[in-house]
Amino acid sequence: MPETMTVAAQRELTLGEAVRDAIAEEMRRDPTVFLMGEDVAEAGTPFKVLTGLSGEFGTNRIIDTPISEAGFTGLGVGAAMTGMRPIVDIMFGDFVGLIMDQMVNQAAKVHYMSGGKWKVPMVLRTTLGASRRSAAQHSQSLHAWFAHIPGLKVVMPSTPYDAKGLMKSAIRDDNPVVFYEDKMMFRFKGPVPTEEYTIPLGLADIKRAGDDVTIVATSSMVQVALGAAKLLEEIGVSAEVVDPRTLWPLDEQTIIESVKKTSRAIVVDEGYHHYGVTAEIAALIAEKAFHYLDGPVKRMGAMHVPIPFSPPLEDATVPTEKAVFEAARALCNRA
Amino acid sequence: MTTATQSTQSSSATAKRWLHAYRQMVAIRLFEEQVNDLYTRAIMPGLAHLYIGEEAVAVGICEALRTDDYVTSTHRGHGHCLAKGAAPDRMFAELLGKEAGYCKGKGGSMHIADPATGNLGANAIVGGSAGIATGAAFSAKNLGTDRVAVCFFGEGALGQGVLYEVMNLASLWKLPVIYVCENNMYNEYTHFSETTAGDILTRPLGFGVPSSAVDGQDVRAVNAEATKLIERARKGEGPSFLLCNTYRYRGHHVGDVNREYRTKIEEQKWTADRDPIAVLTNWLLAEKHSDSAQLEEIQKEVRTEIEAAVKFALDSPYPTLDEVDQDVYA
Repeated sequence: MPETMTVAAQRELTLGEAVRDAIAEEMRRDPTVFLMGEDVAEAGTPFKVLTGLSGEFGTNRIIDTPISEAGFTGLGVGAAMTGMRPIVDIMFGDFVGLIMDQMVNQAAKVHYMSGGKWKVPMVLRTTLGASRRSAAQHSQSLHAWFAHIPGLKVVMPSTPYDAKGLMKSAIRDDNPVVFYEDKMMFRFKGPVPTEEYTIPLGLADIKRAGDDVTIVATSSMVQVALGAAKLLEEIGVSAEVVDPRTLWPLDEQTIIESVKKTSRAIVVDEGYHHYGVTAEIAALIAEKAFHYLDGPVKRMGAMHVPIPFSPPLEDATVPTEKAVFEAARALCNRA
Repeated sequence: MTTATQSTQSSSATAKRWLHAYRQMVAIRLFEEQVNDLYTRAIMPGLAHLYIGEEAVAVGICEALRTDDYVTSTHRGHGHCLAKGAAPDRMFAELLGKEAGYCKGKGGSMHIADPATGNLGANAIVGGSAGIATGAAFSAKNLGTDRVAVCFFGEGALGQGVLYEVMNLASLWKLPVIYVCENNMYNEYTHFSETTAGDILTRPLGFGVPSSAVDGQDVRAVNAEATKLIERARKGEGPSFLLCNTYRYRGHHVGDVNREYRTKIEEQKWTADRDPIAVLTNWLLAEKHSDSAQLEEIQKEVRTEIEAAVKFALDSPYPTLDEVDQDVYA
C-alpha cells in the first residue's frame, strides 16, 4: 500500500503528456469540449502532443481542419458563443499572424461589445520558443501581442504540473484564453499528481526562494532562470525565481513582494525585448517598488532580429543561463 | 362551400403574412429616417450606415427564420436586427450610447447583439462575422438542435479570404448556415465591378456550396428562396449561398452626401422603379390583400412606435462611469 502511494506521488509526465492529460480529462467531464486544428487527429499534431485523443474521443471531437487558421479560429469563436467549448490548435505560434482579426476584433470584444450578453469560452493553444533550427517563421514567441488586448487571457506554463492545472482552468474559463506551450519543453519531465487539480489563472508561483535578487521568468525562461540561480548560488548569491504563470491576469502582488524583499530585479522572457513582456513587468516593478530597488531593473528578451536559421546565430538571439547569471552578478555587484 | 372557406382563410393568412412583412419594412425605413435625423442634428454620436433601400432582404430572410435561429449582421445592420425581432426603443438607446440599449451603450450602431432574438451581433469588420455564423451552425449541428445560422454580409466582404475559408469548412462539415450576400453595388465608395472579378455565384460553387440569386427588392422573392435554403439547412443538407441584388439609397454612411462615385440618374432609377416597399405595396393592392387605408394605418402605427422609441432613448440615462471596465471579462 505505501509503495503504491509512493509510485503515485512520483509519477512523472512530460509537459506534452500533461497537456494531453488535461484536455482528455476535460473532454471526459464536459461533452461540449472539442479540439480542432491542423493534423490534430490521427497524427496527434507534429509534436505528438495529442496522440491517442482521436482514438478515445473520435474525429468528431478531435477534428482535423484545412490549413485555414483564420477560418477555423473564427468558427471556434462562433461555436464558443453558442454552447460549445472549443480548443483551437494553432500549430506554430508564428501562425497567429493569420488569426489576429478573429482573436483581437472578434473573440476579445464579443463580451464587452454585447454588454456582457455573449461570451466566448474558448482556448487557443499554440507554441512559442526558438532554438529548434526552424528559422524566422517557425520560431517566434509572440505572446505579448495577445497580452496587449483587453478581453483575452494569456497562459504560459513552465512545468508539466503547471501545464496540466492551468489547461484545465483555461478550458473551464468563460473567456478566450491563449495558452502558450514551449515547443522545446514538450519532452521536459516533471511530477504530476494522479488526482485531479486545477491552478487558478492569475496566480504566480515562486519556483525558487532567494534573498538577493528576483528573477521574474516566463515559460521557456523559467528553466534558464533556475539554471542561472544555481550558478549564482556557487558565488554566494541567493536568487528568487518568480514565475507569473499567466501574463494576464498578472499576479502583481507576488512579483512586487519578491522585489521588495530582494531589492533587485531581472525580467526574462523569450518574446522580443522591445515593447514586450519584460518592459511591462519592469515598468510594474518601477511603479510599485521603486523605493525598494538598489538598482535599475534589468530586462532580457529575444534580440530585435528575425530569428536566424544558422544555429550559432539563432542561439545568440535568446537569453541563456550564462547571460542571466552574468546580469544578476553585475546587479549584485559581485566581481 | 368548404373550398370557399378554405380559400378565404388561406387568402387571409397570406394577407396577414405579407402585411407583417410590410410593417417590418416600413419600421426599418422609418427607423433609418430617424437615425438620419438624429445623426444630422448631431444628437447621435459616431457613425451611421443606413439600410434604406435594402429592407426586403433582411425582412424576406428573417420572416423565414425562427426566433431561436442565429443571425450575424454587419456595420449596416439596423435592418437585420429589427427584422430578427429587436425592439426599436432599445435599438435607439444603443445608438445613442444609453444604458437601456441592447449592449448597455457599449456596442453602438455597429455592434447590436441580442441573444433573445438569436442575434449574435453586428460586426464592423467587413466579413468579420463569417466565422462566427459558421461556428454557430457548427454548434447547432453538434448539439443536435435544428437551428440554422444566417450570415448577412455585403458584396464588399467578397474580397475577404476568411469568407472562403469558412465556406469550405461549412461545406466539408455540412453545416446549417446560409451565406446571404447583399449586393448593394457599392463597396463603401467603390462600385463592386471595380473590385469583384468573375461571377459571384460561381465562387461558392467551387466549394460545393449551392448558390442562387434573387431580386433583393422583392421581399416575396427573397422569402421564397430563403425558405427553401433554410429548410434545406435544417434538414441537414448543408450550407448555401444567396445573392440578393439590391441598392443602397443613401451614402456609405450619413456623412456621404455627394456620392461622386455614382450618378443621380442611377439613384433615381432604383428609388422610382424598384423601391422594395412600393413593390410589395403594389402587389398587396393588386391582389386585393389590402387597401390604401389599411397601409396608411400601418404606417401611422409604426411612425407612432418609432417616435415613442426615439423619445425613450433620448430620455434614457447614459451608463454610469463605473460601467467602463465592466464586462471586459465574463
